[in-house]
Amino acid sequence: MTAGGSKARGGTATVARSAAELLGPRRSARSLLFGAWYVTEHQLVIMRSYLTTILMGSVLNPVMYLFAIGVGIGSFVDSNAGGAGVGGVSYLVFVGPALLASTALTVAFEESAFPVMAGFKWQKVFFAMNATPVSGGQIATGMLLAMGLRVTFTVAAFWAFLAAFGAAPASTSFLAVPAALLGGMAFGAIIVAFASGIEDDEGWFTILQRLIIAPMFLFSGTFFPLESLPLGVRWIGWISPLWHSTQLGRIATYGLAEPPALLASHLLYLGALLALGLLVSFRNFERRLAA
Amino acid sequence: MTEGDGFTAPLSKTETVRPAARATPTNPDGSLISARGLVKTFGQLRAVDGIDFSVAKGEAFGLLGPNGAGKSTAMRMVASVSKRTEGELSILGMDPSLRGPDIRAHLGVVPQEDNLDTEISVRENLIVYGRYFGLPFPYLRRKAEELIDFAQLKEKAREKVDNLSGGMKRRLTIARALVNEPDILLLDEPTTGLDPQARHVLWDRLFRLKEAGVTLVITTHYMDEAEQLCDRLIVMDHGRIMAEGSPASLIRDHSSREVVELRFGSERNAAAAAALSAGGLLGEGDRVEVLPDRLLVYTEDGEGTLARVIAAGHSPLTSLVRRSSLEDVFLRLTGRSLVE
Repeated sequence: MTAGGSKARGGTATVARSAAELLGPRRSARSLLFGAWYVTEHQLVIMRSYLTTILMGSVLNPVMYLFAIGVGIGSFVDSNAGGAGVGGVSYLVFVGPALLASTALTVAFEESAFPVMAGFKWQKVFFAMNATPVSGGQIATGMLLAMGLRVTFTVAAFWAFLAAFGAAPASTSFLAVPAALLGGMAFGAIIVAFASGIEDDEGWFTILQRLIIAPMFLFSGTFFPLESLPLGVRWIGWISPLWHSTQLGRIATYGLAEPPALLASHLLYLGALLALGLLVSFRNFERRLAA
Repeated sequence: MTEGDGFTAPLSKTETVRPAARATPTNPDGSLISARGLVKTFGQLRAVDGIDFSVAKGEAFGLLGPNGAGKSTAMRMVASVSKRTEGELSILGMDPSLRGPDIRAHLGVVPQEDNLDTEISVRENLIVYGRYFGLPFPYLRRKAEELIDFAQLKEKAREKVDNLSGGMKRRLTIARALVNEPDILLLDEPTTGLDPQARHVLWDRLFRLKEAGVTLVITTHYMDEAEQLCDRLIVMDHGRIMAEGSPASLIRDHSSREVVELRFGSERNAAAAAALSAGGLLGEGDRVEVLPDRLLVYTEDGEGTLARVIAAGHSPLTSLVRRSSLEDVFLRLTGRSLVE
């Protein structure tokens, strides 16, 4: 009956189905289950549109840093340390996991602060997402998930360069990737919480970059052991997610000896930051979208 | 075309909307939207202050009022994102405070400000958005093409949204709202900020949806838009409903058949109004309204009234006889203009 005059796609014998048929009696069911993933998918589509710059950044950034800091400064530090290196390893090995952890945080910042401002303020896409069955909590989760994927990609590429430069000697060195990811996620979740809590940028991100992020890089045992700092400023490292993820990375890449309690505290602290960031983000997203 | 496919109207040929293809859930009284004593407050402000209305299936329902009347706030409650402060609201038989996501799965929403993703292409916007409803890619690829046709964006399908004009973005936003084949399409100020030509293109698209039986809820502060698109509307001001009815019945009940607009010059309008009223030039029930720039004479016979005014020696700088509009209804009800 459908054969003769029907259209080309009629030949496949499947009549195009309506949205209602495809979604079933409870039309929100799939969104309730997979809503967060749809948000992530959307972010991946956006990232695909600037894939070239993501790839360039992921390759050039580590090469540049490893060469300048690891090799350039490294040879200077190593020759002055009289062969002892820093903490018993060469400067490149010492600084490698810190650069890895820093990269994770930088990418996490980029992929949280600005997309969240765009979502609420600039393009208002979060309001569009929320007009579908997807909830504020799912949007926050999806954004963090997308950020996590981007961080994982960048950190994995960086780790490959570390290994190639001989800066990740231990067999457990690949564990530096999840360690850096955890640090990035914890920091990113806090930034998402912050960005979703402010109505306007008003230069907040610049302040954040100059007064929080820049000092964090300087005081988190990145370029020298935290112990070389006077006790009075060492707390900056203790509260900085970067120090915790850097130390975890060092344990992984060259077997830095730390008491198990300290190892556990790194994990717990980053986990707690992540949980706090998620909690506040959820609340902020739900509140702003329902206003 | 085969007999069985049932495509007749231009729109359903492209399968953009197929109202007959499914059963729409309804409220117990058969309506799709029902509000009773609906209130929304923001601090001290009662943005929506106790409104009652209901929308039937297939109806084009309008909320007409000036900026700040509470139309958009009412719309966000119907869109099941903003929670009501007081009153009853039932949409498709569900309470939006309890089942927001379930209701939203059946809605298409066109917000006042376009919130498209400007970093990705026209087609990607449609597909990505459809995913939020849980729709599979094969459906979305087909649907995106239909909607691109419907929105007349074929040449722009691969372009980033950034490169689209205001009217194109608006059409894309409407197309996006149709991706889940919604039971109700909500449009908040659909043509605000568009040039006249883009508005007419958009009205044509909305009129096609109306013809195809899509239930439309439209807020607007343009009386011509309300007259063109709405079967029935409520006139809102300060969060309250001032009047309700079809555009024709509202005009019949709250205004005269015709209006004579007279301009005597800013300085002389008030004096001329007094002279007209005192001079016995007006028919029974006629009335004069003084606006800053002109006089409006509400009358059943515009030409006759104008002839009498001129015969009595008054010489307006310009004169115009027209039919009453919703603008006149609003002026009558509130003493103010819609667009200020």
